[in-house]
Amino acid sequence: MTTSAEPYGEITQRDFGGFGRTVVHQGELLRHPTYTRFLHWTVAIFFFAALLSGLAVYAPWTFGWLAPLFGGGPMTRFLHPWFGIGFVIAWFFQFLNWRQLMSWTEADSRWLRNIRRYIKNEDRIEAEDVGFYNGGQKVQFWEILFGGLVLLISGLLMWLPEISGRILVAISYVLHDIFALIMLGGIFVHIYLSTIGQPGTFRAMTRGVVSRAWGWTHHPAWYRSVTGRDPREDCEAARRRLSNRERSATSVERADAQSTPQQSTRD
Amino acid sequence: MATERLFQIKAISGHVGAVPGGGMQSDLEVCKLVDVTTCIGCKACEVACVEWNKYPFRETTFDNTYQTMPSTEWNYWNLIKFNEHQRADGTQMWLMRKDQCMHCADPGCLRACPADGAIVQYTNGIVDFNQEHCIGCQYCVSGCPFNIPKFNSATKTVFKCTLCSDRVGAGLEPACIKACPTGCLHFGTKSEMKELAEARASQLREQSGFPDAGVYDPSSIGGTHVIYVLHDAKHPELYGGLPADPQIPFSYTYWKWLAKPIGLVITLLGLLAIVFHYIFTGPKRPQPEAGREEL
Repeated sequence: MTTSAEPYGEITQRDFGGFGRTVVHQGELLRHPTYTRFLHWTVAIFFFAALLSGLAVYAPWTFGWLAPLFGGGPMTRFLHPWFGIGFVIAWFFQFLNWRQLMSWTEADSRWLRNIRRYIKNEDRIEAEDVGFYNGGQKVQFWEILFGGLVLLISGLLMWLPEISGRILVAISYVLHDIFALIMLGGIFVHIYLSTIGQPGTFRAMTRGVVSRAWGWTHHPAWYRSVTGRDPREDCEAARRRLSNRERSATSVERADAQSTPQQSTRD
Repeated sequence: MATERLFQIKAISGHVGAVPGGGMQSDLEVCKLVDVTTCIGCKACEVACVEWNKYPFRETTFDNTYQTMPSTEWNYWNLIKFNEHQRADGTQMWLMRKDQCMHCADPGCLRACPADGAIVQYTNGIVDFNQEHCIGCQYCVSGCPFNIPKFNSATKTVFKCTLCSDRVGAGLEPACIKACPTGCLHFGTKSEMKELAEARASQLREQSGFPDAGVYDPSSIGGTHVIYVLHDAKHPELYGGLPADPQIPFSYTYWKWLAKPIGLVITLLGLLAIVFHYIFTGPKRPQPEAGREEL
């Protein structure tokens, strides 16, 4: 079976290709190798630790109850910068891992122009030229890179007020808030689309695999590159198989005088 | 500190809801008057301050002036700032100013503080820090226009002058006032001190040849509970960097109480938008989908 490890950088491939094991069953495609998944969840843990401890200080009037989870106010304040540093370090490796995949292409600009159709869910399957990542995912990637840099710099200035002085701290305070909110909004969309919004996606970050149908639906160009097959043709073939099966199932049901349609396996 | 029971509270940092007991009793506003024109720089107030607050005397820094150290410290709340000033007519003046917390009517430290109860303002005007509630973020340092709150890196909390709230609560004047040998320091109600200060300033203008003499009680922060009589009220910067127009950064005023909550609500509305997307548009499943054709 072909793997999706090919688009990863040579260095990543060489150093981390043998890291962990991903079992790819019949009808599945390798989406994320173990190294990527490890980084993703490391980043996620630090992100949420920083988010929740930060919210306790951002809005004590609403989220003050989060502070005891981290050992009280002083401990929350002490830990938050370290969570941030952990996030930045883990994210830096993820950046190295993904930067080639995330480079902006003409296809991404086209995707972004048609974002309205994407939100309204008007296309059953994505445009032919959507590769490993679509334009939206790339926007989020660069948003996290840029936002993370602003949070890092403003955070350091607030962490070391003896060096930065009161005016830089005051400016950083506002910037830190703005970019934290942007990233909070981003994480809502990210979690929604990777779970209930697009069923079948979540296991790309747990077991590291997706179904073939997921591949040709959401990332047709990637499907073509890893399988060497035409995504639209494969989808149509699957559709024909499914409707044949449903038709025969319905005729059986009619013979049995039953109205409930046959439940077919879906992702 | 134990003074919480003695004084009526006016404002509490990072506090949800109303101030307990707020507005139930009226209280006279206290005020410290520093007449810099009669300060001789003896530092008795500095010693009285560390003595009353039971701090060890810090090592001093000699920098060719009559100033004990460059700035106030976490356990050195009261410092006579010294400046050798050359006037336009060639004469020299030694400007001494007692630097300490100004106990602003609109305290930038309290506005900036996110920790519930770490900074409290009493109805008598005293702004006090409660270190047991301090989380050590040092936003107060950034919020203060007078560079007063100082961080103690050992306890990870911030300290500053309390206006001797413990003494004032017991009906005594602050330790610095008690120690002053020249009568340059006065303590009383804000209105009394304001009156005394204005009288002294007009005396300086009319009888002592200081036409620019005046009272420093900056309106940009609603006035302070430490006021100065200056020979040259038009240039307060000469007196150890006293700001002419002290400002609380925008971050801790409109941004903090208006933009921050609104921003948070807008972001959280994103969650609602996602729920509606799921309900009205629904998930995007891998194709083909069984049963979809019949819908």
